[in-house]
Amino acid sequence: MSDVLELTAAQALERISAGEISADEYFDAYAARAAADDLGAYLWRAEAGSPNGAGDGPLSRAPIAVKDIFCTEGIETTAGSRILEGYRPPYTATAVRRLSEAGARILGKTNMDEFAMGSSNENSGYGPVRNPWDPERVPGGSSGGSAAAVAGRLAPWAIGTDTGGSIRQPASLCGVVGLKPTYGAISRYGMIAFASSLDQCGPLTRDVTDAAILMRAMEGRDRCDSTSVGIDGGVSLPSRTDLKGLRFGVPRELTADAQGIEAGVTEVFERAVDRIRDLGAEVDECELPHSSHGISAYYVLAPAEASANLARYDGVRYGMRSAAAADAEGGLGDGIAPAEADLVSMYERTRAAGFGPEVKRRIMLGTYALSSGYYEAYYGRAQRVRTKIAQDFAAAFERFDYLVTPTSPTVAFKLGARAENPLAMYMSDYCTVPMSLAGVPAISIPGGLAAPDDGGPELPVGLQIVAPAFGESGLLDAAHAIEGAIGFDSAPGSRS
Amino acid sequence: MPPNEYEVVIGLEIHVQLSTETKMFCGCSLSFGDEPNVHTCPVCLAHPGSLPTVNERAVDYALQIAMALECDVAARSIFHRKNYFYPDNPKGYQISQYDIPLATAGTLGDVRIHRVHLEEDAAKMIHVGQSGRIHGSAHSLVDFNRAGTPLVEIVTEPDLRSPEQAREWAQLLRTTVKQLGVSDVNMEEGSLRVDANVSVRPPGQEELGTKTELKNMNSFRFLERGIAAELERQAAVLDDGGEVVQETFHFDPRTGSLTPLRSKEFAHDYRYLPEPDLVPLAPTEGMLDEARGALPELPARRRERYQTELGLPEVTARQLAFDAELGEYFERALQTGDGAEPKTIAIWVTGELVAKLREAHRSDEDSERGEADPAASKVTPQALAALAGMVEAKRVTTGVARQVLATLVAEGGDPAAIVEREGLAQMSDSGELEGIVAAAIEAEPAAAEKVRAGNPKAIGPIVGAVMRETKGRADGGEVTRLIHERLGSD
Repeated sequence: MSDVLELTAAQALERISAGEISADEYFDAYAARAAADDLGAYLWRAEAGSPNGAGDGPLSRAPIAVKDIFCTEGIETTAGSRILEGYRPPYTATAVRRLSEAGARILGKTNMDEFAMGSSNENSGYGPVRNPWDPERVPGGSSGGSAAAVAGRLAPWAIGTDTGGSIRQPASLCGVVGLKPTYGAISRYGMIAFASSLDQCGPLTRDVTDAAILMRAMEGRDRCDSTSVGIDGGVSLPSRTDLKGLRFGVPRELTADAQGIEAGVTEVFERAVDRIRDLGAEVDECELPHSSHGISAYYVLAPAEASANLARYDGVRYGMRSAAAADAEGGLGDGIAPAEADLVSMYERTRAAGFGPEVKRRIMLGTYALSSGYYEAYYGRAQRVRTKIAQDFAAAFERFDYLVTPTSPTVAFKLGARAENPLAMYMSDYCTVPMSLAGVPAISIPGGLAAPDDGGPELPVGLQIVAPAFGESGLLDAAHAIEGAIGFDSAPGSRS
Repeated sequence: MPPNEYEVVIGLEIHVQLSTETKMFCGCSLSFGDEPNVHTCPVCLAHPGSLPTVNERAVDYALQIAMALECDVAARSIFHRKNYFYPDNPKGYQISQYDIPLATAGTLGDVRIHRVHLEEDAAKMIHVGQSGRIHGSAHSLVDFNRAGTPLVEIVTEPDLRSPEQAREWAQLLRTTVKQLGVSDVNMEEGSLRVDANVSVRPPGQEELGTKTELKNMNSFRFLERGIAAELERQAAVLDDGGEVVQETFHFDPRTGSLTPLRSKEFAHDYRYLPEPDLVPLAPTEGMLDEARGALPELPARRRERYQTELGLPEVTARQLAFDAELGEYFERALQTGDGAEPKTIAIWVTGELVAKLREAHRSDEDSERGEADPAASKVTPQALAALAGMVEAKRVTTGVARQVLATLVAEGGDPAAIVEREGLAQMSDSGELEGIVAAAIEAEPAAAEKVRAGNPKAIGPIVGAVMRETKGRADGGEVTRLIHERLGSD
């Protein structure tokens, strides 16, 4: 039975349709694995034999892990936050509904950084997730549960969300494939919002083909999301094995000129670039002059949107509600009427108890950035930087078909290593944030293994490949060729 | 100095609830008066992950309003989030428009329109307790049926110069929107809300005085009264050497008084940001054409037509064109085509009918229009047109017609049938009338003597006697002629 766990989802689907294994066997094998989750990857798991409303479709009732940021009707959905503990949504996210309609069954809801804010999964209100390659290390974040589940063979594949790197960075740290599609490719309806202008849903998979299969099922315009447009012509399954006639750019600002990229990461990256050349592509250095300001702009824009998006968690309609302080009356002074004081006290205590420290930090950052008198200096300026970065990409794509960078400056770091240093944590997304700001698609595929700077066994290093907006089919094709050339076939040794 | 010696500056902010079938950003139906919280969904309850989508019909209605107000429509207008915490605001922000509204720079009558924009209404709070307001309430309930109702906000330039002008202009705006058929524009039910920004300045002073904002004036009378009260207060403050402080007042319709809202309640920094969940609103040529094509005849144009084509006097034309209900009633009376001249119908609508209804509805003086809606009365436009036609054709006298109208107001019905039933038809048999005239002259010898002696004004008692005898069915002119003929005093 355990050998089905070694198959990619595409391979398993083939065997199911050939009648070599049954869909229920396949599902139950993973349900058993998920039940034995020792990584903290899951927040909710389906029972073996659970139907979970799958339709008849090409996904043949195969199991899929879903980040807990997607609303699933009747199934607890928390976005990793205590403020939504026990919340059962009255509806299902469009992306999940499309997967169900294509035949997939929900295997479980995966752990994540609270409201997708974090790069280590340590910001979950329900405990951290461990990296299957080394349980003392983080899986990355915020889709850490999904990445760990796929890498640790607790799920054949998963979906996550990426706002500034939340699919790509954990995919990199866990040695799996993670795709952040073009902004607008997949509906955001039912995906709990962190920063609406950046959030995108995408797959985390064992290989590039599996990512393409999930993209095909999920992409498309949705009348419930005005910003969704889908991908013209859909997504084709990748088949390419060479890169002849293609031009690849290596942005200097995110490679040679970047600070804090580990030596091992650079080594793996350079080997990957050699493989790209070997496949027949032209490779040249290029520039994204404003990308070094990406993190600064991102940490104004994303918290600003988050401060509004998270205002709805007020204890009035659903989720956690704390009682007002007994002495709320008069305790607030300043001309607030007693009934009003009671209300304000309920708000304050609910949000104080329900949100974790990183979420509070970002709400405060965003609130400040939008405040009267500061808007232009922060939000306005960050928007202009965003425009400049998008223009940088447009200029680069006039010369190049694809860009390549390391996905993460480092391999997986130890639990707690950056917990006290938010700025160091924010730098985890240095190479992934510019693509989010520009709205272009980017995929992380395993590039090889490298020893961490702080010693210990070798860990996965991700290679990020970037394409122009809505260029997913070509991107997957190119990634497929590079994946074949790299031939990454390592799996975490720690798994039982 | 008394308020009328200061220069008064008034601007209005009007919220119009659109009468679309569904809400601004979701598919829930609009309702008024249904049981609480039945028209809700993940979007208007702000469930996690839900997203707004724009109601196209609401955009069309808003464009119609913008065009009726002769505004410039923005090629791309932007939705913004207006952030504040309150239980009636489920998302923690209201989706509104901010730096680029749907339309700007319009006019209606002699008042310039600053801007017209689209937004969503808040949920309805019910404060359980004596005052009905949050202060002193035991607890509060929220009804989300109203949350997300499409609203158009119209902001004027500070062009109004008196409380009366403000009321009249607000009524004109109401008529205009009513004519478009895009809103119920009912102030009592809150589908039309008018807030006023009020300031005074000494004559000759260029810069505007500090303004205050008045809210919750839920009828046109209250609007006028509230502004007048606030002007008096501001004048008194200035007369005492004080300064007007920028604040917001809540009008209490029961006492007619203005109470300041605590500054905390409204001292918000709304932290506007562009709404990332919605794309810019860029009306296509097709949308603009459709809105333009849907525009009905608007008040100014209608008044012109009533004067030039129907020959109505200016005052009557204005009264009918600027009062939505009266105008609509008049139009329907005209359409019955009972042969009566439009002028006759107009006189009966604006004069007799309005007076009769006002009498009947005296107790209802604070209602929407300050008077009753003729369409809601028992007098159908057909009946009124028929009555005017009977007067015109001299089938009834004016006096009898007034009696018939009183019956119509009280009971409704068909005027011809009432005339028939009560035997009120004008006397056409001059033989019978001659006999009655002869009898009246005999009964009033003193008056008859004076008339014979050349004093025509003395005829009154004789005419009175004839009218009593005929129950008003005789034509006054004919009676006078017969009396003079008989007395040889012509």
